[in-house]
Amino acid sequence: MSAVDHPTPAAYVALIPLVPLAGAAVLGLFGAPLQKRFGKGPIGWLACATVGASFLLAVVAFVQLLGMPPQARGAGLVADLFPWIHVGTLRVDVAFAVDPLSAVMILVVTGIGGLIHLYATGYMHDDPGFWRFFAYLNLFTFAMLTLVLGDSLLLLFVGWEGVGFCSWALISFWHKDPANARAGNKAFIVNRVGDFGFVLGIFLLFWTLDAHGHGTLLFRELRAAAPALAGERLWGVGVPTLATLLLFVGATGKSAQIPLYVWLPDAMAGPTPVSALIHAATMVTAGIYMIGRLSFLFAMAPATLWVVACVGAATALLAATIAVAQNDIKKVLAYSTVSQLGYMFLAMGVGAYGAGIFHLMTHAFFKACLFLGSGSVIHAMGGEQDMRKMGGLWAKLPATGKTFLIATLAITGCPFLAGFFSKDAILWAAYASPHGHVGLWALGTAVAGLTAFYMFRQVFMVFFGECRADPDVQHHLHESPAVMTIPLWVLAAGSIVAGYLGVPHALGGPVGIPHLFERWLEPVTGPQVLAEAGGAGGGEVGVELALMAISVAVAAGGVLLAWLLYVRRRPDPAVFSAALGGVPYRLVLNKWYVDELYQAVFVRGTLALAALTAWFDRWVIDGLVNGAAAAVRGVSALAGLFDRWVVDGAVNVVADGTYVVGRRLRRLQTGAVTTYLYVIVLGVLGSVALWWSWAGAS
Amino acid sequence: MGELAVTHFVVLATVLFALGLFCVVTRRNALGILMGVELILNAANVNYVAFARYAQTGYDGQLFAIVVIMLAAAEAAIGLAIVLGIYRSFETIDVEATDRLRG
Amino acid sequence: MSVATVAFYVIAVLTAGSALGVALGRSIVYSAFALMGTLLGVAATFVLLGADFLGVVQLLVYVGGILVLTLFAVMLTHRIADVHVSNRAVGRPLGVMLVGGVCVYLVRVALRAHWVVRAPVAPGPTIYGVGDAFLTEYVLPFEVASVVLLAALIAAVVVSRKEVRG
Repeated sequence: MSAVDHPTPAAYVALIPLVPLAGAAVLGLFGAPLQKRFGKGPIGWLACATVGASFLLAVVAFVQLLGMPPQARGAGLVADLFPWIHVGTLRVDVAFAVDPLSAVMILVVTGIGGLIHLYATGYMHDDPGFWRFFAYLNLFTFAMLTLVLGDSLLLLFVGWEGVGFCSWALISFWHKDPANARAGNKAFIVNRVGDFGFVLGIFLLFWTLDAHGHGTLLFRELRAAAPALAGERLWGVGVPTLATLLLFVGATGKSAQIPLYVWLPDAMAGPTPVSALIHAATMVTAGIYMIGRLSFLFAMAPATLWVVACVGAATALLAATIAVAQNDIKKVLAYSTVSQLGYMFLAMGVGAYGAGIFHLMTHAFFKACLFLGSGSVIHAMGGEQDMRKMGGLWAKLPATGKTFLIATLAITGCPFLAGFFSKDAILWAAYASPHGHVGLWALGTAVAGLTAFYMFRQVFMVFFGECRADPDVQHHLHESPAVMTIPLWVLAAGSIVAGYLGVPHALGGPVGIPHLFERWLEPVTGPQVLAEAGGAGGGEVGVELALMAISVAVAAGGVLLAWLLYVRRRPDPAVFSAALGGVPYRLVLNKWYVDELYQAVFVRGTLALAALTAWFDRWVIDGLVNGAAAAVRGVSALAGLFDRWVVDGAVNVVADGTYVVGRRLRRLQTGAVTTYLYVIVLGVLGSVALWWSWAGAS
Repeated sequence: MGELAVTHFVVLATVLFALGLFCVVTRRNALGILMGVELILNAANVNYVAFARYAQTGYDGQLFAIVVIMLAAAEAAIGLAIVLGIYRSFETIDVEATDRLRG
Repeated sequence: MSVATVAFYVIAVLTAGSALGVALGRSIVYSAFALMGTLLGVAATFVLLGADFLGVVQLLVYVGGILVLTLFAVMLTHRIADVHVSNRAVGRPLGVMLVGGVCVYLVRVALRAHWVVRAPVAPGPTIYGVGDAFLTEYVLPFEVASVVLLAALIAAVVVSRKEVRG
């Protein structure tokens, strides 16, 4: 494990994410008038150019890293941009860092992303929202690059959220159809649930570290400070375990694992390039990357690793079973993605971080190729996505067909193609790692068989046999333009070649081919928890070879079964779908009714809660307010009564009394002088008499 | 009867006073009332002078009487002017008729 | 029975009788002339009491001034036609009672009182003494009375003015 070396400054690294951002800004602000004036061509060029430039810069960074000694390489290159958050003990600046792990990621994102941009200029050619699409696509690239290049958890999270937003925007791209908008919302909301856990994990990490005076969110500082967390416990659970579990919750959301995978199949509502880029090659891999980046933390929490491995394996199996019965070409690939992501998590969970990242990279190649190929098919079929209406397209779509077949062979784990090496590394790790278990290996191998089956089912249904499409659709079948087929060829080549970066020791050791990939990642992920067979530390070469042979055999069996069912039609697939009363078939066709379960429990539950609180608000709170108002009204009415009867009454009594008294007294004013004189006289006499009696006159 | 004492004069004054009072209280004619007032004043004067004579307190009794006469003159002048005014307004000096201020 | 006493009784009867005439006179003119008699009788009383100057003043002012004025007023307001109306008295019995009561009571008081009496001085001309007193000890009432007379003069003129129409 390299010490916290100081990273090498390299300002150009900042351009890698910023160039696509600039592209997104230009396209977002000026895309509409530009498109109107100059047409779609320049827009497509601009979008591809920005990603292409990022790719070139990524290559430069990679080369620079290659030239550095492993120690320095681990510390990586860094481009400090500007101070960002300085609050209390939290100091996070915006800075992008390239080390071996992020180098792999940026090459994948910009390279495969660039090919997909190119493909999309052809695919989206007829869409009036062309400029908007590429603005979002560039923005997504920026966000994804921020995610992998950010040198702190916070910046990673910014990218995390950014890709979530772009995913929403792109899934709902054809938003005029409410179903697409709903799909986008579903993706975003489910992601938010995961993000909640992610954020809690970040908080917990910082808070605990801060209590030790090491409060930080920078990766290189976290690595150094991590041992301080070792003994900490919160609510009876170790902090590393709790924090990593919370972070993993976020990963299940973003990377579509149980229980938060439900959005990914719906996300196929977006344009196919989106499915390829975001939901196959890049965004969904963010969870894997996060675990790889924080591997030192996960290594401190074996319980979490076990959870990760089990969830990954279970997800892989679940998704594979569903994929077997799907009829939409993109849905099959979607569930396949979920399943392969399960593999990656299985790898991370058994401590084989390098193997997980390796599979991430190979999967990006062949899954992107498969998605783009399906896009090509859909394009040729005039928008049809149901495989039951396809067939026999091999002759009409040669480039698509060939590349699709190559990619399918890769995903199936055909020896000497990329998928073979990466999947095998995972299965060996599942078997032999101290965190692994033979049960996990068995699950993984079973999934491999299912994968082979449903992928070849797809190939046979789409490209072979007789064409089941409508005659006028058949008429229009044509291969896609070069701008779409060239990326397909490039990706297919990658699907073959990329695997050779990670030749396992068991095969390569005797022949002298090193596991380049593992060596490359070592500064970041540490020496593989599992010592490779034949490498330093033991494990048996023979066992590994045997396991390899078993998985190849299982895969071959799957292919054979698919051929029997879908080419020779003996036995008829309908036999299986009708078996056991059709119940198993309906279960897998309907995705094990998980969506319906969530709808009933969570969605309805939330709505019920909302209704309850609305009732509470209307009757209790508003009731209180209205009651208060009514009380005030009552009091004021009382006050009014009081005012009218008591206060006014008093005034009136005085007035009336005065009037009455005055009326009586008025009678004194007779107007008759005689009376007045009498009164005067009597008054005088009376006064005198009084005076005399008081004075005591004799 | 005997010696002429102050009592005699006081009785005389009392009689004058009583008659004057009677005029004031019972007469309907405004001038009659004024005449009554004159009688009362004269009765008072008689008393003053009698006391001055018999108590030998110097000239103050007579002085008072002179002042009273002066004031009586003033009062008579104004009073009679008022009566003339009433006569002009009411065509009569019957005090029963001047009840315009009746409440 | 000295001369003074006899004189007194004669004057007293005259005065009281005239006063009765004032009170009971049928017509206002009779009352006015009876008033003259009363005033003359009072003047005589003053003289009897040794206040010679005062008696003359009484004659001059009261008889010559006030009475004349009263007679003027009587003449000006007397309606020959209303002879029987103008002197009617009101509430006679009540008045008699009241006055009778007062009179009786005062007489009783007068008879019963212990009058402070001192030895009389020989009568002489009082005019000098009165004049002196008015200008020394009693100059204030003198002046105030002058002012009052002036005010009365003006007031009488103002009150008896004819209303100016228009």
